Amino acid sequence: MSKLETSSLYQLTMVRFRLFLREPEAIFWIFIFPILLAVGLGIAFRNRPADVLQVGATTPQLTQALAADKGLTAVTLDEAAGTHALATGNILLLAIQGPDGVAYKYDDTNPDARTARLLADRAIQTSAGRHDAVPANNELVHETGSRYIDFVVPGLLGMNLMGSAMWGLGFSIVEGRQKKLLKRLVASPMPKWQYLAAFLLSRLAMLLIEVAVFLAFTWLVFGVPFRGSLVELGLLCLMTSLAFSALGLLVASRARTTEAVSGLMNLVMLPMWILSGIFFSASRFPAVIQPLVQALPLTAAISAMRGNMLQGLNLGQQMAQVAILLAWFVVPFAVSLRIFRWK
Amino acid sequence: MGELKNGAAGEATRAAGNGRSLLLRGVKKAFADVKAVDGLDLEVARGECFGLLGPNGAGKTTTIEICEGLTAPDDGTVEVLGLNWRTGADELRQRIGIQLQETQFPDKLTVEETLRMFRSFFKRGISVDESIATSQLEEKRKGRVGTLSGGQKQRLAMACALVGDPELLFLDEPTTGLDPQARRHLWDLVDELKHAGRTIILTTHYMDEAERLCDRVAIMDHGKVIALGTPKELIALVGGENIVEFAVVESHDSQVSESRPGAPGSHGSLVPKGEGPGAPTSHISQVSESRPGAPTSTVAHAVVDAGPLLAIPGVQSHRVDAGLHQLSVSELHSVVPRIFAALTAQGLHLSEFRTHSATLEDVFVSLTGRNLRDE
Repeated sequence: MSKLETSSLYQLTMVRFRLFLREPEAIFWIFIFPILLAVGLGIAFRNRPADVLQVGATTPQLTQALAADKGLTAVTLDEAAGTHALATGNILLLAIQGPDGVAYKYDDTNPDARTARLLADRAIQTSAGRHDAVPANNELVHETGSRYIDFVVPGLLGMNLMGSAMWGLGFSIVEGRQKKLLKRLVASPMPKWQYLAAFLLSRLAMLLIEVAVFLAFTWLVFGVPFRGSLVELGLLCLMTSLAFSALGLLVASRARTTEAVSGLMNLVMLPMWILSGIFFSASRFPAVIQPLVQALPLTAAISAMRGNMLQGLNLGQQMAQVAILLAWFVVPFAVSLRIFRWK
Repeated sequence: MGELKNGAAGEATRAAGNGRSLLLRGVKKAFADVKAVDGLDLEVARGECFGLLGPNGAGKTTTIEICEGLTAPDDGTVEVLGLNWRTGADELRQRIGIQLQETQFPDKLTVEETLRMFRSFFKRGISVDESIATSQLEEKRKGRVGTLSGGQKQRLAMACALVGDPELLFLDEPTTGLDPQARRHLWDLVDELKHAGRTIILTTHYMDEAERLCDRVAIMDHGKVIALGTPKELIALVGGENIVEFAVVESHDSQVSESRPGAPGSHGSLVPKGEGPGAPTSHISQVSESRPGAPTSTVAHAVVDAGPLLAIPGVQSHRVDAGLHQLSVSELHSVVPRIFAALTAQGLHLSEFRTHSATLEDVFVSLTGRNLRDE
């Protein structure tokens, strides 16, 4: 047997690999789920030539005038049916023919409905004979990098790194504690640091596969841009994974049952799912809580990855995010080493 | 630490250890306000198979975990292989083998993978193949741990304890929860290890297991050793090598006095003879005569006057538990007819009668007044 095979660090790391690869559910959540999510979001938010908005009108004449606009499709409805269709979201706007003009019924807090109002009014005025005072032309651009899929891919990447690192460490450690395996291991001459190091080593190897598969998929299928250095993107993924591994270790350091640790992990991750800008920009939250939002490790990770992929920023331009990620690695790791319960 | 240096240090401490594998002096451990171990002295010689015997909650596991360096005692000295856990932990971990109660190895690893991992922790030891052969898990070598039976899992735990070729082996309730066949299989394995000259310390709440496997046994109760010796010596504490058990009903015709005998002393004395260190404290608390407040007539078990029974030569002691009378007896062949005669003279009929050779179970009962499996 080779020297490597008899080394305890190698054996412990291999055990982590085996246990992971023999858990089909884990494989699904870490490798398949992010891709499915990206596909789903890619389809839902795909860029259509231009959104065609559904509107209604109370007379056939109005319907005809509305349908003349390429941005609208129109149906004829009486006022009651039209109001119902409006309420259920089937149409965005109802044009009602009155004795001395047209009334538009729509929800002005809905951006699509406001667009429909502009288009519908333009169509009706044009068919009534209005002429443009200034001739105008459109020059259309569809730039990669400004699409929703481009925005959401770094978010999904960050979310996935968070989930796999936290579950990978937290759950396995507490399961080992609950099944008294941890106690059996410390009763053997195993160096304790190697037990934790094996988790990190196997995590990093898995990270390579997990990140490469997901990013390659989004690049091939959606043409998501990679404008920054791939090496630096890799470093960002590494730092993100380390920070969440440390957080997973912290969460697992005292919990006695897998139920308890699952609850704790959701408690830690839930605020970040909402606040950290996975699906929409974190800047939408009020200024009061921005310092908190920006200090979260997932916010830092996602914003740095977006900077790298979409804006081509280098690490030097993102030192704030890098510092936040490193702090989230060092502090939880140090604390959990102090309070870790081996029995 | 180089292997050579370690080996040399090992030799030195072995010499200093003077053929003694384990020494406990005045060891105490309390959890919250429960005294799990309350002033324990033990000494185990090299090559001995030593048993800690007692009911659940007697402090066996706490004791063995203190010896294994998994629990720190509140007070007292612990010396294992001539070393102590504060300064010699790294070396001790290499030299002892441990099987804990209820360790669950990962279900999705194979037997071989599990053993390979444990083997990698030890600087020296036997090969993985050898440990698989010793524990007779060859046909399960490539099988996942999750597919093993209870007995096979327990043998895997033994194999994990053996891969480092330990000088001292700790087994905590190795057969608890196993079916009789798997237990016997594991006993054979322990026998082999004994014959190979390994020092073994095991805990059990099975009397037959202790009798079968152990050279010496310490009976524990409430965190203390209440008796210590070879199984033979302990059984001799009961006073007779046979136990007679019987229950009686009253005859319809004869009216026996309702007066309850049961005066102190009528139960006979079961004072353990107190040999060796850690001599048993005399625990002769005996069980109450029938249930208190039991109505007079229509009780299933009639009252027996123990006096005439104890007067029979060869009857050492008498006790009653839930209507079942127990006599410890020598010279069984001459005593039994006299017991029949004495009971008939009291107008009593036997409803049950049996005898068996005294076991450690009887020792425990006579020392504590409780059965081992009373929970």
